[in-house]
Formats: sequence, structure tokens, C-alpha cells
Amino acid sequence: MLSDLVQYAASGVTVGAIYALIALGFTLIYNSTHVANFAQGDFAMLGAMTTVFVAAAGVPVVAAGILGILAAACAGLLLYRAAISFAKNSSVLGLIVLTIGAAIFLKGVAQIVFDKRFHSLPAWFGTEPIKVLDATIQPQSFVVLAGAAVIVFALVVFTKKTLIGKGILAISQNQLAATLVGINVTTIVTLAFVISAAIGGTAGILATPITLTSYDAGTLLSLKGFAAAMLGGMGSPMGAVIGGLVLGLVEAFGGGLISSAYKDAFAFLAILVVLALRPQGLVGSFVRERV
Amino acid sequence: MKFLTPRILTVALLVIVVALTPVVLQSNYYLRVMTLIYVFGLAAIGLNLLMGFAGQVSLGHAGFVGIGAYAVGIAPTHLGIPGLYAIVLGAGVSAAVAAIIGKPILKLRGHYLAVATLGFGFLVALLLTNEASWTGGPDGMSVPRPVIFGTRIRTVEQWYWITGGVLILGTIIAYNIASSSTGRALRAIHDSEIAAHTVGVDIAKQKFKVFVISAVYASLAGSLLALSNGHITPDSTAGFLRSVELLTMVVLGGLGSIASSILGTAVVVLLPQVLTVFHEYEHLVLGLVMMLCIILMPAGVVPTILRRIKGRAT
Repeated sequence: MLSDLVQYAASGVTVGAIYALIALGFTLIYNSTHVANFAQGDFAMLGAMTTVFVAAAGVPVVAAGILGILAAACAGLLLYRAAISFAKNSSVLGLIVLTIGAAIFLKGVAQIVFDKRFHSLPAWFGTEPIKVLDATIQPQSFVVLAGAAVIVFALVVFTKKTLIGKGILAISQNQLAATLVGINVTTIVTLAFVISAAIGGTAGILATPITLTSYDAGTLLSLKGFAAAMLGGMGSPMGAVIGGLVLGLVEAFGGGLISSAYKDAFAFLAILVVLALRPQGLVGSFVRERV
Repeated sequence: MKFLTPRILTVALLVIVVALTPVVLQSNYYLRVMTLIYVFGLAAIGLNLLMGFAGQVSLGHAGFVGIGAYAVGIAPTHLGIPGLYAIVLGAGVSAAVAAIIGKPILKLRGHYLAVATLGFGFLVALLLTNEASWTGGPDGMSVPRPVIFGTRIRTVEQWYWITGGVLILGTIIAYNIASSSTGRALRAIHDSEIAAHTVGVDIAKQKFKVFVISAVYASLAGSLLALSNGHITPDSTAGFLRSVELLTMVVLGGLGSIASSILGTAVVVLLPQVLTVFHEYEHLVLGLVMMLCIILMPAGVVPTILRRIKGRAT
């Protein structure tokens, strides 16, 4: 029984780390533009698919991975510069439709450039499972966790210590005030999209040896990432990480202990319950509306 | 010219289109496409009351379409309730479900409401997929055609007239709701909740009311979709992409205008039919069209075109 619980915890944390990274990218874009980006999961798909196909062409996996992250980053750059920056006057709903359109577009591109089959990548340290308290854990799980930890740490340092990071923080607080003190909003927002997409692409590449990838893998990832970001509290990077991990654990334990067919249901049920009790998310702070 | 209010103009145009389409396009294919437009138009009108008038987001409205669709599938097959009563049953269940979940989730704002409704839609789709002994699972189930006055309603033409008639009725009712005190209260909430509250609008009650109404519209659309199709699957009724389609219909058409919702629906239903010529490029073009519409016509297709015509006239 204990081994089962450890097993669920391990898979929950692994999947949760992926959700956390998607949610983190989501939060970064939300903070800089107040856009809920439903193409976030498709950045992950694009990174993973590019890596798979470049690696299949004979390029070393590490180089292929870097190209994959670059491909995702380019998609992020284009999403802002070629689409969202032109739709500044759109309603919240219009922007949701816009990013869903972008997600469908990316899916369409992947379907043509790549193919419609499932693909995997070789795990970094093989597939020989590691035994922990009678539970078997894939080495790639540790790669995912380590990768997620490094990205979260790097992002925290970046936003706290660098001028560009502080610029993103300033814009998320008040865009007009940020413009007035001389922050180049367009450049910083573009950068936020690029970083966010690169994080998404990395998440996709890290997860592929475990979860596989395909041209339409992005939709569910976007929804889970969005859900995780909201569960934690929109706009809070810490909330995104916590939300992602909680979502992954709820899914793993609900799926393992109660019913695997309703795995996704537990995640969304948990969100409904949490939001009913705490409308601002787990760590979000309550915003009082000024008149 | 005062006689030609948008309400009368829209209903009159709708009656003309419904009456003349079978004369002009005498093919079952076109009638079936038009039936789809009428069915989803009904759901879009309901959703527009919620999103365009009250300003509340729903990313899970297909959940109610699913409830309506499976009500007319399950009730006759498993419970022995005839199809027509099943429509009412489905609408009742949808209203009850909307009432139960509406209370807690309508307190949420913006993207929080979006994720809560998204979760609701997901739960319905999962239930329909997994309770295979009732619903037939992911492959779906066939829906028995109902008998009205001793005749079994099954032909494309019969469903064309029924759905067209229901859409006209639904449009008239929606216009009445929009111009009632509820409609005015909803617009006040949309513009500023605090201002509406200050002048004495019961915000929670009005949001709740329109949420239930929009759920009933979606449920009726689901029932009609199921009955006219004869076969339903969880994805084709309650799936996330259905919710996205409904959202797109309302936003593309133009928020807060009932006539726009019907035209938005026509665009979203016709687009995939037209795009089949692109074969593999279908997704790519669909995504591109969605993005371009929002960028070039942020207020919606209909309001933008209307403004352009007016601008030329003066």
C-alpha cells in the first residue's frame, strides 16, 4: 500500500512539475499583457515535435533540444508581434478567441510540417527504473523535476535581479506608470512572450520521454496549465508552481485510488471546490475594486 | 422608419431566410447545413445573453448542449420517456444543474469564471464518455426519432422546419428578455457591477437568472441537434472544442447583439464546410481566420460591417 502511495506521489509530482512550467509561462504572459494565452501548451508541443524531428535527422539530441526551444521562442515572438500586439482594443473574450485561434493555427502547422503520429524522445539516463520504498520511479522523472526547479529558480533570479526582469514586474503592476518612467513596454512584453514560450518548449521536451507528444498534444496541456495558474491564483508565479503541483498530485491520487477513468475529473473538481471556497485561488491575494 | 426596429427587422429577415432557403437551395446537404446553423444559433443566442449582455464568460457551455443531447438519447432508450418529453426533461435538468453550480461559480470574475465553467464542461464530457452503459461511451449512441401526431419525424426537411421555427421563437424570446428589466439590469452589470449595485440591481440574482436561461437555450439546442442527427457522441456535443465554437460564434458575430450571434453562427458552421477544400490545411486556415477576424474586426463581424455601411451613407 505504501509503495502505491509513493508511486502516485512520484508520478503526481512529475506531471505536476510539467503543469507548473506551463502555468508559469501562462502567468508571465498574463502579467505583462493580461492575456490568457491558450496557445501555451502548443509551445510545449512545438518544442517537443521540433526536437523529435531534428534529432531524427541525425542531429545530437542536445542540439536538437536547443533548436526545439528556439522554435517555441520564435512562435512566442510571432504570437505577440504578428497577432496580439495588433489586437490591443479587443475585449477579454476576443483575446481568448484570438489565442485559441493561434493554438489551432500552431496545431495546423505542426500537422503539415511534422506528422499526425505519436513520438517519443530517448530518456536522458535510460529507462532503468529506480526503486524507492518498493515504488519504481523513472529516471526521467528526476530530470523533469530538476529541470523545473532550475527554470523556476532562474526565473525568480531573473525577475528580482535583472533590469529586464524588474521591467516585467513594473509592467505587471501598472503599464502606464512603467511607460512614464522610461521602460520600453513593447520590448519587455515581447521578451516576456519569448521567455514564456521558451519555458513552454522546454517543458514539452522534458516531458516527451514520459508522456509522448503529437501535433494535438497542446490543447490539454494549455487547459491544465491555465487551470493550474488559476488554482494557484492568477498572476502569482509561486501560485502557478503550487497550482501545478497540486493539480498533478490530485490527478495522480484520484486516478490511482478512486478511478483512473475520471483522472481529469478530479483535477477540475478540485478547482471548482477551491474556487468556491477561495475565489482568488490558493495563494492569490484579494483585489478590492476601486471606484 | 420607427417601425423597423432591429428586433422586427431581425425576426422578419429570419422568417424570410427560413422560408425561402428550401426554395432556392433544393438539396438535402444545404438543408442539413442550415439546420446546423439554426440549432447552434439557438445556443449562441443564449450564450450571448450571458456573455454579451451580462459580461460573464463561459468556456463550458457545451456541457449543457451535452445534457440536452443525451437527455433525448437516454430517456427514451433507458427510461421509456418519449422524445418530446425528454426535451423538456433535458431542459429541466440543465436548468437545475445551472442553478446548483451557478450560485458558487458566478461569484467568480473574469478568468476565474472561465476556468470554473471550463471545468464544468470537462466534467460533463467525462461523465458522458465513461458511463458507457448509459451513454454508449466515446462512440456515442443513436437517438430514437420522436413521434409527433402519429408520424415519426425523421426527414431532413422536417427537421429543417422544426429547428427553423424554434430558432425564430428563441430569437423573439431573447429580444424580449433583452428589453425587459432583466435585460437592462444585465447591461448595467456589464458596464459596472458597482454602479449597478449602487442603483439597486440585485447582481447575484440577475447573473443567476441569465445563467439558467442560457443553459436552457444550450440544452434545447443540444436536444434538437441530437434528434435531427440521430446519433450523438460526447465530443460532438459536450467536448471542449464545442464550447470554443460556441464562444467563437458569439464573439465573431459581435457581443451584445442577438442578430449578430446568428450570423456569427453561420460563419462558424459554414467555415469548416468551405475549408474542406483545403484538406490538410484546414486547421491552419481556421486558426488564421479566427485570428484575423479578431484583429481586423474587434467589435465583431456584424457591427464592423454595419458601421462601415453607415459611414459610407453619410
